[in-house]
Amino acid sequence: MTVPATVAELVREFRANGRIVIVGASLAGLRAAEALREEGFTGSLTIIGDEPYEPYDRPPLSKQVLKGWVSADHTKLPRLREVNAQWRLGVAATGLDRAAKQVRLADGEQIPYDRLLIATGTRARQWPNPDEAALDGVYTLRSRDDAAQLQKALAAPPSRVMVIGAGFIGSEVASVCRELDLPVTVVERGSAPLVGALGGVIGEIAAEMQRDHGVDLRCGLGVSSLEGDSGGHVRRAHLSDGTTIDADVVVASLGSIRNVEWLEDAGLASGFWGVGCDAGGRAFDVNGVITDSIYVAGDVARAPHVLYEYQFLAMEHWDNAVLGAEVAAHNMVNLEPHYRPHLLLPGFWSGQFGVNIKSVGVPPFGDEIVFTQGSVKERHFAAAYGRRGRIVAAVTFDHGKWLEYYGKLIEHSGPFPPPPPGWDQPPDMKPIPAEFPQPGVPTAIPDVVLTGHDPSERRAEFRSRPR
Amino acid sequence: MVEETPWQQALRYANRANPYPFYEELRRTPVARQPDGTYVVSTYQEIVALLHDPRVSSDVRKLPVPVAPPAEGSAEAEPITEAVVSLEPNIITQDPPEHDRDRRMMTPHFVGPPHSPHLISDLEPEIRRIVDGLLDNMQGKTRIDAVDEFAYPLPVTVICKVLGVPLEDESRFHGWIETALDSLDFGPEAASEEMQSRLAGGRQAVEEFGQFAAELLDRYAQQPGPGMLSAMVNEDGPEAGMSKGVLVSNALLLIFAGHETTVNLIAHSVLTLLRHPDALEKLRRRPELIVPGVEELLRFESSVQFWHTRSAVEDIDIAGTTIPKGAPIFLAYGSANRDPKRFANPDELDLERRDNQHLGFSQGIHFCFGAPLARLEVQVAVGEFVRRVENPRLVEDPPPYRHNQIFRGPRHLLVDIDGIRD
Repeated sequence: MTVPATVAELVREFRANGRIVIVGASLAGLRAAEALREEGFTGSLTIIGDEPYEPYDRPPLSKQVLKGWVSADHTKLPRLREVNAQWRLGVAATGLDRAAKQVRLADGEQIPYDRLLIATGTRARQWPNPDEAALDGVYTLRSRDDAAQLQKALAAPPSRVMVIGAGFIGSEVASVCRELDLPVTVVERGSAPLVGALGGVIGEIAAEMQRDHGVDLRCGLGVSSLEGDSGGHVRRAHLSDGTTIDADVVVASLGSIRNVEWLEDAGLASGFWGVGCDAGGRAFDVNGVITDSIYVAGDVARAPHVLYEYQFLAMEHWDNAVLGAEVAAHNMVNLEPHYRPHLLLPGFWSGQFGVNIKSVGVPPFGDEIVFTQGSVKERHFAAAYGRRGRIVAAVTFDHGKWLEYYGKLIEHSGPFPPPPPGWDQPPDMKPIPAEFPQPGVPTAIPDVVLTGHDPSERRAEFRSRPR
Repeated sequence: MVEETPWQQALRYANRANPYPFYEELRRTPVARQPDGTYVVSTYQEIVALLHDPRVSSDVRKLPVPVAPPAEGSAEAEPITEAVVSLEPNIITQDPPEHDRDRRMMTPHFVGPPHSPHLISDLEPEIRRIVDGLLDNMQGKTRIDAVDEFAYPLPVTVICKVLGVPLEDESRFHGWIETALDSLDFGPEAASEEMQSRLAGGRQAVEEFGQFAAELLDRYAQQPGPGMLSAMVNEDGPEAGMSKGVLVSNALLLIFAGHETTVNLIAHSVLTLLRHPDALEKLRRRPELIVPGVEELLRFESSVQFWHTRSAVEDIDIAGTTIPKGAPIFLAYGSANRDPKRFANPDELDLERRDNQHLGFSQGIHFCFGAPLARLEVQVAVGEFVRRVENPRLVEDPPPYRHNQIFRGPRHLLVDIDGIRD
């Protein structure tokens, strides 16, 4: 038998009889399962999820669900095809034994695999003081249950809502509060809302937008403590400037934590920013060597990206979960030279205060910004981010139909500033500093991070450092 | 005589029933300069790029007039856009920020969630009723004209209701629209004596049609009534209303577009399915395929074959060509939708085609305003036709086509049938 025939035989055999385990039963996990079946994988497929629910969609949770338009249990993700899997829902994976090729579950069971997909995503960062976090009326917003509880609390209605952190989730919660006509105070340690993801120039526009809609926005401040009443319900927040705010619902929107603890002893390149992998979703071990049987997709993955100087990108974006899962699934049932890369141009959207905000590329990779179309005053505009004469990202406020154009420019390393449009030019088209916070300055953690390791480190050990 | 370009050949009336071989040749040069200085773009990627390029204008006032220099030895060609230019701009011939503002004002009265998210879906029972009535009327017949008896009456009735145009005026504006459409020609036959005389008639028709719309809007200004036109006239939103001229122009656009494109789409869908008995049978067995099926039919025979009001506001480098500032740009949707670089086996009809992001409704800020309504109408009409009409057979293939190249479709479509099921 020739070698190529052997390889083809191996692939065929694995597709027919292999055992694949997916840890993570959310968007990436489901789409990976569907893609595996689509690719002709007929072996056994197990999907493990720590929540008791079938995969559901998260974008509606901070919008339609909170407003009460859609109930939290009506967010189930549509199935694109039959996946014929063993579902292990409501039980978390707690460990990975790479030598025995087994995933350990919280109930003690060991699930064997030939190939494994890690899609464990992220969870909400809780309010750091556990006693205060345990007060009634203190919420985070990440899961279906979170959304259902917070929706109920908002419908009560509370006398004032306090949102800690003005990233996307915090800003969307504030927006929903105003739509429900609830008084809301937003406290943000950075200089403006969305500053980590979009920089200070756009942050300033977002701040005006919040204030115009009646949000009591306090930037450059932290919350030092939360105070409850005798019944254990939150009533007050003490701010770092000595003032207090009375509020009976507090939403801690402090960014997310990647679910990597279960991989602690697995010897993979997992840590604070996620699990390192190549562009094909193949996980690295702790020494930066590629594994043959372990793949990563979704929020928990971080992979080098050709457009951004091969820095490792970790993205909490919807289409990253979908497309990353599809690529990982493809590669799981193929061999070289049929591997495919996951080279997504990052993109995300948010709806708040009646404005549709969209972005492509990686804004924090840029250091300058220029308004290219429309009017900042009317909050219908497009702006491009640049770095050293190259366009690296763009953001639009109610101008999303133009993103395609900027996406193409970014993909082709187009010039910055980009060529001016033929109409609807903003009055001032001069690039200005984009005002991203310096590394290390406390602010909401952006949901795309450039995580290239520090050149002063002598080995590539991707472990979370004490903070 | 100089040989005609593939584009010019595609536009000849003789090739109306099947322009696709010429499109195939055309796509070898994705951005093809024509003898008259127009740049015809025929490939999917390039069209999508230009639909999103802010250096491309859709405003007819920015087109160099006349578009076409007179052909040698022929009578001086009339500028093709003059009939349009004499009207104020509407949302399809405007650039931002005017376009964005006017479209934003119109949207809530039509499709716009969150304002009226159910407006279109609430029309479904009415659409079903109309379709049922049309099919009932065919009972006892052995031969029907699927255009006159089916494809045409449905969209007209629906658009009149949506807009608030009296249905009894239908024959008047139908005449104007037909005359106007038949007067427009973008091909080598435009310079002919016949087309020149039709052009005058077309201008007259548009004039009268405008008069009609203006009077209707005036009536609604005095006394509000049902439908979108009345709502637009009596706009009390935060933004200032549209000027009278812009209102008239948009009203014409809505009546016209709601009138013609869907007719062609239904007629072409019936024609295409009768040409593909396997697909017809599949749809009969699996009625749920009507949703992806209509998307495929939209790709296969695009109702709007190309669009003609765009121009370059700056020099644009694309596909190895520079479209110079000021040049008119024609985007050939009908060709892009058969581009093999985008769609596998594009000349095959596949009702279950995946990743079918066709350009049948365009893309970008000028994406078809009426798409949700058109989709619903065609889904119901074609779905019911397939379900109820027994053993339909084409009498004439190809059927006779209308003259217009943009809104391409059969003028009549004779079908022999065995009967109508309940």
